[in-house]
Amino acid sequence: MFSDAQLPIIFASLMAFAIIVYALLDGYDLGVGMLLPTNNETESDTMIASIGPFWDANETWLVLAVGLLLIAFPVAHSLVLGALYIPVSIMLIGLIIRGVAFDFRAKVKSHNKRLWDRLFKFGSALTAFMQGFMLGLYVMQFEYTIYSVAFSLISGLGVCVAYTLIGAAWLIMKTDGELQQKATVWAKRAGRLTFISILVVCSVNPIINNKVMTVWFTFPQAIFLLNLPLLCFCLIGINDWLLTLAIRKRFKTAWVPFALVVCVFVGGYLGLIISFYPDVVPGKLSIFDSITDPSSLRFLLYGSLIVIPAILMYTVFSYRIFWGKVEPLTYY
Amino acid sequence: MDVFMLSRIQFAANISFHILFPTITIALAWFLVFFKIRFQLSGHPVWMRIYRFWVKVFALTFALGVVSGITMSFQFGTNWPGFMETVGNIAGPLLGYEVLTAFFLEATFLGIMLFGINKVPPWLHTLATLLVAFGTSLSAFWILALNSWMHTPAGFEVRDGVAFATDWYAIIFNPSFPYRLGHTLLASGLTASFFIAGISAYRLLKGDHKKAPRIALRVALLAAAVLTPIQMFVGDLHGLNTLKHQPQKVAAMEGIWDTKQGAPLLLFAIPDDETRQNRWEISIPKLASLILTHDWNGELKGLNDFPDQHPPMRPIFFSFRIMVGLGLLMLIVSLAGSAILVKHRESPPHWLLKSVYFMTFSGWIATLAGWYVTEIGRQPYLVQGILTTHAAVTDQPPTAVSFTLALYLTTYAFLLYWYIKTIFTMAKRSITIEEYETKDNQPTVSDIKGVQHV
Repeated sequence: MFSDAQLPIIFASLMAFAIIVYALLDGYDLGVGMLLPTNNETESDTMIASIGPFWDANETWLVLAVGLLLIAFPVAHSLVLGALYIPVSIMLIGLIIRGVAFDFRAKVKSHNKRLWDRLFKFGSALTAFMQGFMLGLYVMQFEYTIYSVAFSLISGLGVCVAYTLIGAAWLIMKTDGELQQKATVWAKRAGRLTFISILVVCSVNPIINNKVMTVWFTFPQAIFLLNLPLLCFCLIGINDWLLTLAIRKRFKTAWVPFALVVCVFVGGYLGLIISFYPDVVPGKLSIFDSITDPSSLRFLLYGSLIVIPAILMYTVFSYRIFWGKVEPLTYY
Repeated sequence: MDVFMLSRIQFAANISFHILFPTITIALAWFLVFFKIRFQLSGHPVWMRIYRFWVKVFALTFALGVVSGITMSFQFGTNWPGFMETVGNIAGPLLGYEVLTAFFLEATFLGIMLFGINKVPPWLHTLATLLVAFGTSLSAFWILALNSWMHTPAGFEVRDGVAFATDWYAIIFNPSFPYRLGHTLLASGLTASFFIAGISAYRLLKGDHKKAPRIALRVALLAAAVLTPIQMFVGDLHGLNTLKHQPQKVAAMEGIWDTKQGAPLLLFAIPDDETRQNRWEISIPKLASLILTHDWNGELKGLNDFPDQHPPMRPIFFSFRIMVGLGLLMLIVSLAGSAILVKHRESPPHWLLKSVYFMTFSGWIATLAGWYVTEIGRQPYLVQGILTTHAAVTDQPPTAVSFTLALYLTTYAFLLYWYIKTIFTMAKRSITIEEYETKDNQPTVSDIKGVQHV
């Protein structure tokens, strides 16, 4: 049913799918984490309640993405994680702290709650920053020079603001009243910062990376490709305008900003894929060179064809159950 | 220390910390299903009370299991690249199926189970609870299939130093898999039973006069009384299976250096890996041979028969005795406790509560000890006969691994402290809550606000 030649493409697509779903889903809950106020318990409770039923499944997409890299491209997995040894470990500490802080904050004595709120915020920021930092190093082909580290630091901040943006858009959708108004302001600020970060990454990347330059600026495909960043910038612009209207109470935003931000994420991500395809480790290893034994992959793939649609179905089911504005946490 | 030892310690630390939580949640999920169904059938609010307390403990424990588990999926690449490069064709799909069939299932329905009780009909909530329990057990199924394969590999061939799958049925149901799965699931059952019993006993000792902790104590102790003898039987079968496939591990467990007919059962000894001798032996003649070969004069292989191919004896020998000792203690406490609770339903004697409380985390220690026996017992191999641990290790600089090891150890110590502290905080807080202050299937303002919040 699947030829050996198709398998690298199929598994690379599955992995790419898992990564973008992860970035969107864990993106919004990491963003909410970074936005968490440490001096307003009612608001922080509502914000936490909005991500409560989902964060755990959201993080599972990261395990799937890394798992697919491990399973389908083990050599790439060793190369990437070996090169990112320290940043990966720091990110994991961030993920651990925020994941448990979420549960601890609600169960410890109330005077300890603030400690866990702070750790939740800190862990979320650390995770987001390290993910961006690693993305930067990945783009820089894992060179630890002063320029590449500087670029990675910017990329780290970029991911932080992007996650904050999607987190704020999530809050606009899931909350109302005063908190929604605040989230609108947060979204506007984060949107502008995201605009700047995308601009920086888009301009620096082709300059330092020859292959990226050729892909993006070879005509005629460039005519199509260059529309992608333009589209992203337009969407951020429209979003900014809508948010301004919403702040002046001339527009009910609801789900629109979230949908726009999702499009921006997908657009940016497609841009990244176009830049590096078919390499799984930029400049070193392509998906065709590093694929594992086809018969093992086929064994996994047949099962996946049943299981992945099921996962998507019950994920949608779960989001439907918790549809609409968030209610106070009733946790049993 | 070199990268090899540092990476081993780091992996051991990660997986030891991780296993603490799944070993509770796998069985605790089934206890929750039981409580929920009892409530559904009887309509008695006390079952909902019990469910509500333990579902909070479950949520916290599960979260710790999830985050410490994410670390595991990165460890293969960061510290043991040789593992996937050599046996990735087999390990990959097993791990993949664990993520796809189990992780998503449990994580998604956990959300519904924890937050959806007022949003879905009762049967659907019970179903969500059931699916979470099923998911946790399914995850144990896949990961133990892989772990067992590393002990007793089957269904593969090696070409150019890389293992290729030839028969997936034989890979999954490899020779030690049924025993290891049974032994581990029962260990989880015992860990959760003593955990529930211990915390309930603690509540009673602190003057909780409600019905909920008394019933939870009884259910948990009865479960332990049933599971402990089964565990001893399955553990014995597992041991016989190990003798067949990894005799060097059994030699280390029994403290045998030289192959012997009619080997004695060592109750105590201090094995010395340098001089290859035991000191301070206290033994029962011929009993080890009888237990393992069912013959007074049966021959047991000693470690000296496996030159350079065997694990160190001392850690295995002691871990094994800790596990068995705790197993015997569990047997006594659960049987005696159940017998007494049948008589004294309403007011269990103080000394019984004390001893059950003392056993709260006995399952953790026994589980860890058991895992050390089986994992150290496989050394010097990572995959028995195919890949040595040494060949799989990373070439990271030792300073990088020391740094991350310190980072993990600090985080884990911090979290373990808070986990135990929080469990007892929750137990104490529940003492002050009235018996049935609310309609137990409806949320009220008091549930939502204040300290009860979440």
